[in-house]
Amino acid sequence: MTFDLINPELKETRQGFADALIELGAENPNIVVLGGDVSGSVKTSLFKEKFPERFISVGIAEQDMMGTAAGLAVAGKIPFASAYGEFAAGRPFDQIRQSLAYSEMNVKICASHCGISVGPDGATHQSLEDVALMRVLPHMTVVTPCDYNETFLAVKKCVEVNGPFYIRFYRDKTPNFTDKNATFQFGKANTLIDGNDVTLVANGLLVWEAIKASEQLKKEGISARVINMHTIKPIDSEILVKAANETGLVITCEDHQKHGGLFSAVAEVLVQNNPVPMDYVAVNDTFGESGTMEELMAKYGIDKNAIINKVKKNLKRKK
Amino acid sequence: MSKNPKITDVNELNEMSRQIRRDIINMLLISKSGHSGGPLGLADIFTALYFNKLNINSEKPEMEERDYFFLSIGHVAPVWYATLARRGYFELDELKTLRKVNGRLQGHPAPLKTHGLPGIEIASGSLGQGLSIAVGCAIGLKLDKKPNHVYCVNGDGELQEGQLWEAIMTAAHHKTDNLTMIVDFNDCQIDGRIPEVMNLYPLKDKFISFGWEVFEVDGNNMNELMEIFEKTKMPNGKPKVIIAKTFMGNGVSFMKDDHRWHGVPPNPEQGKIALEELAPTKFGDFV
Ligand SMILES: Cc1ncc(C[n+]2csc(CCOP(=O)(O)OP(=O)(O)O)c2C)c(N)n1
Repeated sequence: MTFDLINPELKETRQGFADALIELGAENPNIVVLGGDVSGSVKTSLFKEKFPERFISVGIAEQDMMGTAAGLAVAGKIPFASAYGEFAAGRPFDQIRQSLAYSEMNVKICASHCGISVGPDGATHQSLEDVALMRVLPHMTVVTPCDYNETFLAVKKCVEVNGPFYIRFYRDKTPNFTDKNATFQFGKANTLIDGNDVTLVANGLLVWEAIKASEQLKKEGISARVINMHTIKPIDSEILVKAANETGLVITCEDHQKHGGLFSAVAEVLVQNNPVPMDYVAVNDTFGESGTMEELMAKYGIDKNAIINKVKKNLKRKK
Repeated sequence: MSKNPKITDVNELNEMSRQIRRDIINMLLISKSGHSGGPLGLADIFTALYFNKLNINSEKPEMEERDYFFLSIGHVAPVWYATLARRGYFELDELKTLRKVNGRLQGHPAPLKTHGLPGIEIASGSLGQGLSIAVGCAIGLKLDKKPNHVYCVNGDGELQEGQLWEAIMTAAHHKTDNLTMIVDFNDCQIDGRIPEVMNLYPLKDKFISFGWEVFEVDGNNMNELMEIFEKTKMPNGKPKVIIAKTFMGNGVSFMKDDHRWHGVPPNPEQGKIALEELAPTKFGDFV
């Protein structure tokens, strides 16, 4: 696969969510959408325009939203509950745990504005713990698409699986680079670039950074494999073990705390199977702050340069 | 200007609130990101409290006798920052750093411990949490038999969060008559009018049935505000709420009473018109 690193198409992942939702709404009358006073921001307002009777406003009440979604699922509906990441996963955690995960309700939580990349709003709005929270819940499928196309596919396909989902995406426009006709299967990661010196396991926004890092490392004679781990739960163990065997060094890349997210998930697989040196590109146990997406990704060490530095630092650890 | 100016004259208070509105516009023009509507609507309430009613000292923000102020709706931070700067908590020049990286004026108010902005007791930005904190503080002060008063500013849309009603119950249960809650009743939230998104009314009756003493006021009228804040200090065993009728975007004609101004800054052209409508004051701009 080749990537236009100079002039990639830029598109909002949240628009991918909205576009998929509208197609689903037309295909399936059981699709309902819950709104928590952020319908413009998370773009469910587009669904509301088309299917006003299937848009259920709950006001600013995320805990109530998750409970209402569970009830709608009991009544045979397929509810999509959407909010900003922090208020979709953090605020209503116990409601999600008991009424959605434990009870195995067919509710799809779609979280927008995730990660530090949401920028100027600052730390209160930067969900850096949501993947960790959702990933520890039994029965929950956790998906972190990397661009518009993949967000569209994840949302379209999540209704084929009965059970709770957490799908995580972003506010700003980001490169849209995956093939929209690619096979997308939950739990099956995609290798985007082959390589044998190191494996970069990335998700979400950091997949693009990993691609850019790999291309630059190539010029310096370092061959970096890039794996897009779009589903973090259930995780694709097979591809990870193979990559660890073949490259002997694994670096994870994510817009999330280093604890509990992709770094932890990958480490959990490798310690049980084939422990190799590992390192993280993630937010290092700190809250964020206001700033632009680019400024914050640089300051908090989750961009291309951070990946390149981590690769170079760790190559000497290889056995 | 002295570091800690209390203002007693109503005309001068009005002039200060107009200056704070100008500051809000100027801050947002620089940051190019942030909320216009709520902050403009709240300028009079913030002026009344910070320049007249609160027992505070900007040179000793943590003095023991201070009245405690909590902002539950962190998104209106620009009005708070402008007010704090005008009251002498930090230099006016810092208002240029709203929402900038490495700055103290975070998009939503950050805790003193991490960002060091004086006058801010605790983080805010996730809606619905401030009143519980205010009630806890009020209970703590009562345990110590201290006379300090506690204020908390809430949004009307925010009142859809269940935690607030838990706190409203707790406040009445523990007879926190040292607490004044102010509801910014502008009948707007992000997605539209309050009753369209999730009906909240009748609001007054809800508070009464929860055991609160309720006051209603024109929240954009300085004379009324001066009077009302005297009434809420009565030690009668009941927490007090002021339902303050405000207008989102008040002071700028094209923003007034329009929910679409909830979360966006003016562009340079709109900013220019806004500053023309909000005439300059004797206090002077920071830019
Ligand atoms: C828990 C939580 N949910 C959602 C949001 C997003 N949000 C920020 S402000 C707002 C609307 C608040 O309405 P209101 O209290 O009436 O404030 P106003 O629009 O008058 O400024 C929402 C939904 C948030 N900050 N916190």
